[in-house]
Amino acid sequence: MATLNLSAVTKSFGATTVLHGIDLNVADGEMIVIVGASGCGKSTLLRIVAGLETPTTGHVAIGGREVTRLEPADRDIAMVFQNYALYPHMTVAQNMAYGLKIRGTPKEEIARRVDETAGLLGIGPLLGRKPRELSGGQRQRVAMGRAIIREPKLFLFDEPLSNLDAKLRVQMRGEIRRLQQRLGVTSLYVTHDQVEAMTLGDRLVVMHRGRAAQVASPMEVWARPADTYVAGFIGSPAMNLLAGTLAEDGAAVQLRAGPLLRFTDGPRAGGEGRPLTIGIRPEHMLRDGDAIVTVALDLVEPLGSETVLHGTLASGEVLTARLPGMVPAVGSNMPLAIPAEALHVFDAETGRRLDA
Amino acid sequence: MQDAVLARQAMARQRRGRWLAHAALALGVLIFAFPIWITLVGSTHDAATIGRGDVPLLPGGHGLENFSTALGEGGGRMHTTPAAGMLLNSAIMALLIAGGKIAISLLSAYAVVFFRFPLRMAAFWTIFITLMLPVEVRIIPTYQVIVNLDLFNSFTGLTLPLIASATATLLFRQFFLTIPDEYVEAAQLDGAGPLRFFRDILLPLSVTNIAAMGVILFIYGWNQYLWPLLIINDRSMETIVVGLAKMIGSGDTQNEWNTIMATAVLAMTPPVLVVVLLQRWFIKGLTETEK
Ligand SMILES: Nc1ncnc2c1ncn2[C@@H]1O[C@H](COP(=O)(O)OP(=O)(O)O)[C@@H](O)[C@H]1O
Ligand SMILES: [Mg+2]
Repeated sequence: MATLNLSAVTKSFGATTVLHGIDLNVADGEMIVIVGASGCGKSTLLRIVAGLETPTTGHVAIGGREVTRLEPADRDIAMVFQNYALYPHMTVAQNMAYGLKIRGTPKEEIARRVDETAGLLGIGPLLGRKPRELSGGQRQRVAMGRAIIREPKLFLFDEPLSNLDAKLRVQMRGEIRRLQQRLGVTSLYVTHDQVEAMTLGDRLVVMHRGRAAQVASPMEVWARPADTYVAGFIGSPAMNLLAGTLAEDGAAVQLRAGPLLRFTDGPRAGGEGRPLTIGIRPEHMLRDGDAIVTVALDLVEPLGSETVLHGTLASGEVLTARLPGMVPAVGSNMPLAIPAEALHVFDAETGRRLDA
Repeated sequence: MQDAVLARQAMARQRRGRWLAHAALALGVLIFAFPIWITLVGSTHDAATIGRGDVPLLPGGHGLENFSTALGEGGGRMHTTPAAGMLLNSAIMALLIAGGKIAISLLSAYAVVFFRFPLRMAAFWTIFITLMLPVEVRIIPTYQVIVNLDLFNSFTGLTLPLIASATATLLFRQFFLTIPDEYVEAAQLDGAGPLRFFRDILLPLSVTNIAAMGVILFIYGWNQYLWPLLIINDRSMETIVVGLAKMIGSGDTQNEWNTIMATAVLAMTPPVLVVVLLQRWFIKGLTETEK
């Protein structure tokens, strides 16, 4: 159990810089989820913490101890790989015991811990099997077991669920969270799946092109996205982003799509006509209200209790709305209201959030 | 009506095709197996039968006697070197060559695939080029070196120059390249150093490949002729392939073909046994990997 501190970690492979200075402080027992699109540098960051890569610049400290130059084995960490990386010629028990054996743990102690861990994960009956005789979910558990048994200071997960089918993924997600809370081990979890990120993390690191776009709790990230990238990445369907300009001395926004919306939380800085990007979540759209836009529907997805509408505005911008109940068929024009209290305001050039 | 005719034609064509295939296969087997059969049969007749110029096609009654002569006293007219000793020498040579080549190849492939060091690819290509330089090509300098090192008439001198080539390095390199990086990384996290990884993970994963290579290299070693002929002139160290050739006299000499054939059968048996016994591994090693 330990804290983790990253300071100004950068990583370049030759001429390409993959990480542009990541700072992160993880509290003892916290579960941090690193989420972002494929190729944004999540795995690289995790591998730097693991010691499988060395940062080009910057420092890594685990439990207050500087480990930047230490070998993976000397960092007291355990990692679960996406393809599990179970040794194919060893039984489940041998796979779990291997790390302990190398560290010279006494035989009886190893046997006791294998039994204990197997019990915890419900894989007792599988201990004598080889990995190829296991299902995907079972392999996943064994990979977890191999990490847990070492009682490390830090758990690292690199997309551990992405090789499982959807149903199993939801189940294992729950199990990982329960286990992590029960064991209280500080964890770093990499995923590209925003639902996984929202449900698992105490805090999220939303990564974008080698930078941490936002580090905050899942609810904070959802309610107050730091920039347009985070706004579009977290939430499903994705947040609508509409063009507009600052109006009425910063007290309102004039949407390109038509309506003028008055900010309910106070005026924004900047001169009249400052270009803005206005975010509005599909589920916040209303059937009725003051600021009406007309949507030419081109796709209607009924989900039972609610309906997702996709369409185009007069300005040519696309809009998605999620409304309760049933909604008219494709082809019709539908008036929808944008509630002023649900707006997210971003600078159009930098994409950064503008608060009142 | 028309369709029925077409169907009948198609069936006839298929049947003809099958017959043709079987005939070709049977012919192949015959061509391949006939000399071996002649040898086997020849080893069971007395010297006179073959001496007369007959080529018997059915086994005779002198098998036991011929084989015991060949094993205990030696085949051919002179009965110079007993096959038992030569078989042992051949076995030692073949095992040393196979074992040595596998050990060296495993280590060099391991180094080339899993470590980053300066001139890594240069090292690989240097190893690779030795493929083009078998002993036969470099025989005179190699002979010189072995003689200078005073390794004439020794197993070291016999096997060392044959071990030093890249045959198996290439295969092991290809196999190692298919091993996912995650195994290496998982082992690193488990605290396994390079030698432990090699012993605990890489070797067990390579067993089928090692067995396959072992079969090929054992036969390669067993069948060596030119080099043993040069480097061994002590009769007690003679290998069976060389000994067999030596026992066939040239010119007008009357050969004792029955014991020579018995020796030939004895010389063929170990490679056949190795192939038969390791066949399952051999095929597995060449076709699949445990992952
Ligand atoms: N060893 C490497 N050499 C060169 N480029 C690499 C290496 N590892 C990763 N990269 C590059 O770094 C970027 C980020 O990779 P990665 O961290 O694996 O992304 P993610 O896990 O977020 O999908 C990718 O563009 C990838 O091509
Ligand atoms: Mg990745």
